[in-house]
Amino acid sequence: MTYRIVHYINQFFAGIGGEEKADIAPEVRKAVVGPGMAFKAAFAGKAEIVGTVICGDTYFAEHIDDATDTIIKMISDLKPDAVVAGPAFNAGRYGTACGGVADAVSKRLGIPVVTGMYPENPGVDMYRKSIYIVPTADSARGIKDAVPAMAKLLLKMLEGGKLGSPAAEGYIPRGIRINTFYEEPGADRAVKMLVKKLKGEQFVTEYPMPSFDRVAPAAPVKDMKNATIAVVTSGGICPKGNPDHIEASSASKFGTYCIKDVQTADSEHYQTAHGGYDPTYANDDPNRVLPLDVLREKEKAGEFKKLYDYFSTTVGNGTSIANAKKFGLAIGKKLVDDGVDAVILTST
Amino acid sequence: MKLELLKAHVKNVEWGGKTALKGGVLTVDKAELLKAVADENFKKVDAELARPGESIRIVPVKDAIEPRFKVEGGGQEFPGVVSDVEPVGEGKTFVLEGAAVVTCGRIVNFQEGIVDMTGPAADYTPFSKTMNVVLIFEPVDGLEKHDYEKCCRIAGLKAALYLAQKAYEAGAEVDESKTYEILNFVESMKSYPGLPKVAYLYMLQTQGLLHDTYVYGIDAKRILPTIIHPNEVMDGAIVSGNCVSACDKNSTYTHQNNPVIRSLYEHHGKDLNFVGVIITNENVTLADKRRSSSYAVKLAKMFGVDGVVITEEGFGNPDADLIMNCRKAEAAGIKTTLVTDEYAGRDGASQSLADAAKEADAVVTAGNANMLIELPKLDKVIGYQDYANIIAGGFDGSLRADGSIEVELQAITGATCELGFTRISAETW
Amino acid sequence: MVKAIESYGIPVVHVCTIVPISQTVGANRIVPAVAIPHPLGDPTRTHEEELVIRRKLVEKALEALQTPITEQTVFPAL
Repeated sequence: MTYRIVHYINQFFAGIGGEEKADIAPEVRKAVVGPGMAFKAAFAGKAEIVGTVICGDTYFAEHIDDATDTIIKMISDLKPDAVVAGPAFNAGRYGTACGGVADAVSKRLGIPVVTGMYPENPGVDMYRKSIYIVPTADSARGIKDAVPAMAKLLLKMLEGGKLGSPAAEGYIPRGIRINTFYEEPGADRAVKMLVKKLKGEQFVTEYPMPSFDRVAPAAPVKDMKNATIAVVTSGGICPKGNPDHIEASSASKFGTYCIKDVQTADSEHYQTAHGGYDPTYANDDPNRVLPLDVLREKEKAGEFKKLYDYFSTTVGNGTSIANAKKFGLAIGKKLVDDGVDAVILTST
Repeated sequence: MKLELLKAHVKNVEWGGKTALKGGVLTVDKAELLKAVADENFKKVDAELARPGESIRIVPVKDAIEPRFKVEGGGQEFPGVVSDVEPVGEGKTFVLEGAAVVTCGRIVNFQEGIVDMTGPAADYTPFSKTMNVVLIFEPVDGLEKHDYEKCCRIAGLKAALYLAQKAYEAGAEVDESKTYEILNFVESMKSYPGLPKVAYLYMLQTQGLLHDTYVYGIDAKRILPTIIHPNEVMDGAIVSGNCVSACDKNSTYTHQNNPVIRSLYEHHGKDLNFVGVIITNENVTLADKRRSSSYAVKLAKMFGVDGVVITEEGFGNPDADLIMNCRKAEAAGIKTTLVTDEYAGRDGASQSLADAAKEADAVVTAGNANMLIELPKLDKVIGYQDYANIIAGGFDGSLRADGSIEVELQAITGATCELGFTRISAETW
Repeated sequence: MVKAIESYGIPVVHVCTIVPISQTVGANRIVPAVAIPHPLGDPTRTHEEELVIRRKLVEKALEALQTPITEQTVFPAL
């Protein structure tokens, strides 16, 4: 059987025009267009391009959500087995578009997809974790190497082969940690690594340290007396019985609970779900983690206008940074929509 | 101090009339064993056997202990806990190598571990390869959690001592003997003048219920960092009170068989001079973390070491202790290698450690504990399987109706042991 | 979570014990708490004494929220 492939490209590679045509809306052609010819050759009969979706790079950037929806529909209508996007080389907007399309194909259509970019293309940092990006040269002169490499990877994914390491399969490292087994136990590896380090010899760390992104400090509250303050916790304080079953570790969710007329987080009505610390003290008096009693005192005293009617909670035990960010964004959106001015976040 | 381990290889385990080891088969008198571990706080204690390759799941697992019995030299195994407080680490100790006591039974809080003797999870736990004598406890009604944890711990240690003592006294044959020696400081500092001096900085989890460690019976959260001879560790001076999360807590067995100590001894006199071990804790206040890391590094400086291997226990806030230990050592001119595990999320895409430093440039990893693993239904469960849903690494729906379990590596006992006990690692793809 | 909420432009103060982690990860306003299992309490004291501690921490948190800063700042309360 011949695999059906849809190819995504921009206005330039479609031969429609350069920058002046970068604002064209998505369109679909049931044909092989531009670099699609090179892919056709590289697929060598195992796969064929059944359609090409084209979109202007600027149009995509300015209508990301709508353009993605439209493009996904166009792709899906062609009933493909897989999608190939680009290659985008070092074109930033094109790379972002290829990455965005590939990401959406992967998440929404669940079929194999490959794109290609120069490693410094901003699309790489944005999408490397969720899709496979083949490294290419920084300009279209590299097309001779890029296309066969992309075709090879895509065919492997289609044939159901389990993908190996970036070096073996030819894709840009995604920054994903994969467990593996070595010949020697970790202890022996550690001692040998130290011996090398002491000798001044080269060694390779098994875990390169990350650097963390920063958020600019938000402006302070100017008028506290009229402010609405919300309290959020990662200490796992929840209604007694943990009705939403927030996990003791690796929490997959957060809970949001009404505290409208609640004056204190007492042990009769609240508990902790967090499995990463001795829960005795938090269960005896949940105010030690979620300070409702004192917050109500200060609300009554007029130090701030209102304690927001809800608190959000999750368990910060082995919680992946990605999940923490996801929860934070969801919680933050609701808080901002409801006019909260500032947040106290407690952690254990 | 010199210690000789007399190892008898255990190739099978059976119930029988008298506890003894013959021809590699450990026979255990079940009634006598249960009597040795009885405690008024247990409503019931039972025991079962689990051998490598059998279709058996043990859950929830609290600790694993290697049966050892001191036959010559001062003190006895697990000093200060089930034996007298006198120092250990010298003379001769008999070891039932290949056997383990595994403690199981009603869960203490909401986290413990799983050991599968066969199947995919067996590849990740050291205890799928040992002949296990499993104790199953049921506490009396209303027993307070800290009390229950303590009596499970004591019972496991008593069982390990009982098995080794009885087997030795019944005339077990020793298959192999190994001697471990580090001389006193005056001598060891003069030895091997051309070789770098290396110490082992041994971090112990000390954060409360099910997160504690005991040294000569003392709760290690109450100690200042101190020095200990590696041989004392082989005689059970460090005991686990600690099984949460199961993957990266050091069972008593892994303390007794500390692989960093083993490896440093192997390299001793060849490409390094192993001068000693510093133990330190992982407490829950910032002041304690700062005090212990500064103090431990100060001890390393007093030793005049050139390098330290540092092993963490646990994850999350102890990552801060690990990084503090690393930074302060490097700032003092002491080169470090670290052993840790990772919590990079189920997709492996998250940041693995809660803290970081560029000085931590030599790290060995014991793998991503969030990795999901499928455990098939096994023929027999020792213990209680429904805990899979709530133990750390499990989630609502982990345990399926057909008896299979989908769970994170977190829940598998010893899977990401940060002593570097197993061959697991991780790469960036 | 602190950074994610703050990315919407509202100030967030992190009341936590392991200040170094909070700093490494990048929270901007940090109030050091008592201890991991009881950040805003102290079971070795009486209830009244605990309330005094808790009030001090919450007051400092509110103060931090009103303080203009340009970089990560720790606001010690105790």
